[in-house]
Amino acid sequence: MTASKATTAQAGTPAASGYRSLSMPMRYLINAILVVVFLVVGELMIDGGVVSRYQTGVIEQIGIYIILAVSLNIATGYLGQLPLGHAGFMSVGGYSCAIFIMRMMDVVGVTARDFVTGSPAAVGLFVIGIIFGGVCAAICGLIIGVPALRLKGDYLAIITLGFAEIIRVVMQNIDGVLGFTLTGGAKGLTGIPSYTNFLNTFIVVAISLFLIHTMMKSRHGRAILSIRDNEIAAESCGVNTTYYKTLAFVASAFFAGVAGGLYAGCIGVMAPAKFGFMKSIEILVMVVLGGMGSMLGSVISATVLTILPEALRAVSDYRMVVYAVVLILVMIFRPEGLLGDYDFSMSRVIERIMNHGKRPEDFAPATTPAVEAVATAVASGAPSATTEKDTGKEASTHE
Amino acid sequence: MNTNISRRNFVKAGAVAGMGLGLAACGGNSGSSDGSSSDTIKIGLMGPYTGDVAQYGLACRYGAELYVKQVNSNGGINGKQIELDTQDEKGDATEAVNVYNKLVEDGVVGIIGDVTSTPTIAVAQASVKDNMPCVTPSATAADVISYGKNYFRACITDPYQGKLMADFAADQGYKTVGVIYNQGGDYEQGVADAFIEEAGKKGVTVSDSEGYPSGATDFNSQLTNIIATNPDAIFSPNYYQDDGKIVTQARKLGYTGVFMGADGWSNIVGGDEEYASAEDLEGCYYDCSFVSENEDEKVQDFIKAYKDEYNDTPSNFCALGYDAAMILLNAIETVEKDGKATYGSDDYKQAIVDAVASGTANGVTGDISYSGTGDPVKSTLIITFKGGAQEVFKTVEGK
Repeated sequence: MTASKATTAQAGTPAASGYRSLSMPMRYLINAILVVVFLVVGELMIDGGVVSRYQTGVIEQIGIYIILAVSLNIATGYLGQLPLGHAGFMSVGGYSCAIFIMRMMDVVGVTARDFVTGSPAAVGLFVIGIIFGGVCAAICGLIIGVPALRLKGDYLAIITLGFAEIIRVVMQNIDGVLGFTLTGGAKGLTGIPSYTNFLNTFIVVAISLFLIHTMMKSRHGRAILSIRDNEIAAESCGVNTTYYKTLAFVASAFFAGVAGGLYAGCIGVMAPAKFGFMKSIEILVMVVLGGMGSMLGSVISATVLTILPEALRAVSDYRMVVYAVVLILVMIFRPEGLLGDYDFSMSRVIERIMNHGKRPEDFAPATTPAVEAVATAVASGAPSATTEKDTGKEASTHE
Repeated sequence: MNTNISRRNFVKAGAVAGMGLGLAACGGNSGSSDGSSSDTIKIGLMGPYTGDVAQYGLACRYGAELYVKQVNSNGGINGKQIELDTQDEKGDATEAVNVYNKLVEDGVVGIIGDVTSTPTIAVAQASVKDNMPCVTPSATAADVISYGKNYFRACITDPYQGKLMADFAADQGYKTVGVIYNQGGDYEQGVADAFIEEAGKKGVTVSDSEGYPSGATDFNSQLTNIIATNPDAIFSPNYYQDDGKIVTQARKLGYTGVFMGADGWSNIVGGDEEYASAEDLEGCYYDCSFVSENEDEKVQDFIKAYKDEYNDTPSNFCALGYDAAMILLNAIETVEKDGKATYGSDDYKQAIVDAVASGTANGVTGDISYSGTGDPVKSTLIITFKGGAQEVFKTVEGK
């Protein structure tokens, strides 16, 4: 993924390297078309009855878990911390989004039916509700992040774990203690309209992945990666570590909140007991299994781990045993996760095809600035002498 | 090197196999929707058969399976055999919704389930749009039946139990009552709240109401506060593990009065473990729909049949599962005999819903009928302890 960034930087001087690359708008266009194609195909399949309601429900949950896993990946894979409170942020987002939508429905005159037909007011309410859920979770992320990120490793894990438990207990008791009706206490928040469907789940997933991806490619993302690789080196290069750690943590919480909002609409019930420690672990398992720092890895493992228990219904009573065995096998044979830190880039694949299967480093010595080198910790640059020779040849053949 | 490659291949093969399984399972489901032929009646049975609350799910399942087996061995309904589609949901609302969608897809005409409250609410919300006839053996939350007319329960509700015990306390002539309950449980809180409300109406003073957090093992501080108010009785509407400790600790603190409880007390004696001693429990009361000491003939027949089948004594949940199956199958029998609606059609489902609402089942937990809502009208037993054994103190008729 860093390689593709490097090539974009050089895209202005293609003549020098001879490497044919895609321009940035072109890359966005290709990806946007792909997303739209997936969306249209998916929607047509559901409308046409090729994908049943049961499968649609599972697909929606896959989407929700993809957002959760990828958002946790910001804090775990990219920032290199180990927070264990992701379910807490998810529940904050879920509750606040659901409560917001339920309360506002009467105010703006939207009925549960409108969410199915998709009236403009309902769509607007959904968008605001989801963002509201995300913002509430982000605020919680900020509150916990500022003190917690002074700690490292085990200590951070425990403090975030404790914080998630606090959220759960607050959800459970806030009604009884403060004497108003908000979360529904231990019996949970019920009667949430089913505002989540394939279409809006897909769009929210696509937007979330896009935002997280672009954030990690930006200057801020590089700074976050540099903290993971060597905090002291990053700080000595002028990276404001406290700021960037908090930023990553808050972004992680925001998207967890968004996923929580979708979850509430998908299930229709929010019960505090479901957002305990095990839920956080479940999400962490997805990240670790997919490979820390790999977005595609998180997406694949969230998909597989959501489908797996459903697919294993055939072996009914033994399915949880099989699920556990799969996890153990992957961790034994592939301790770095399914994909390690490899990430997929559609544009990179197309560029490889355009350049007859050659990589950018076969063309030119990449001289990355020092900070970026620290930030990415990717040994780009091959030995310069040989590459220059190669570049010369390649350039001539292309011309 | 070789071993590395083979491991990688192994993982790849595993991942491919996993995906294949997933796809196969997804693909396989869509075909089976029209699988039920006209000589069987397919009904769904769902509940938690793995996970934290598996004991309740399995108990309900055994009871329901026993009834279905008895019906089938007597020639089925209208010459048609009953086919059970049994699915596990781990006590999780997310999975419960998936299971519900799957059952609908499999073409069931009625569902026995779900077992615990939160997943049942999720299913209830989802089932309204299909008008799927559902009978839950044991979900006591008030919300379960409030979404549509298609959901019924076989058990009495938490608030009903609280009210019943408050009336009982008034009848027994108790003037002051203390309450101790688990604040983290929806069941305990529901019973306690209704008890306190009804006690106020009946002129019984609640001298002190103390909550404790889930998982507490030491109740001395709460009990000391309650005992200091010198109550005639203490109401402890919790699960038997907690109740046992509460009773034992209160006796150690010198409390000699009566304890009252709700049906969470069911397994306090006679199970694998004694949770409180016979002397400590002497003269305490709790309400329940089913107890194996009940000398009623049909109860004893049921216990015998259950013992023959599973070589075990049935619990309250087994009896409720049995009754839930009876309620649903009685209704299906009415519809089948009537013969107007075609199997599996919307009319058929509506006819079942109507038949449940107007029918009566002579269940082992009492005669069950419905009066316009999904809440049953049924008799309840007040159980007392005498010399370490349970006996029926009196039967309270339903209203």
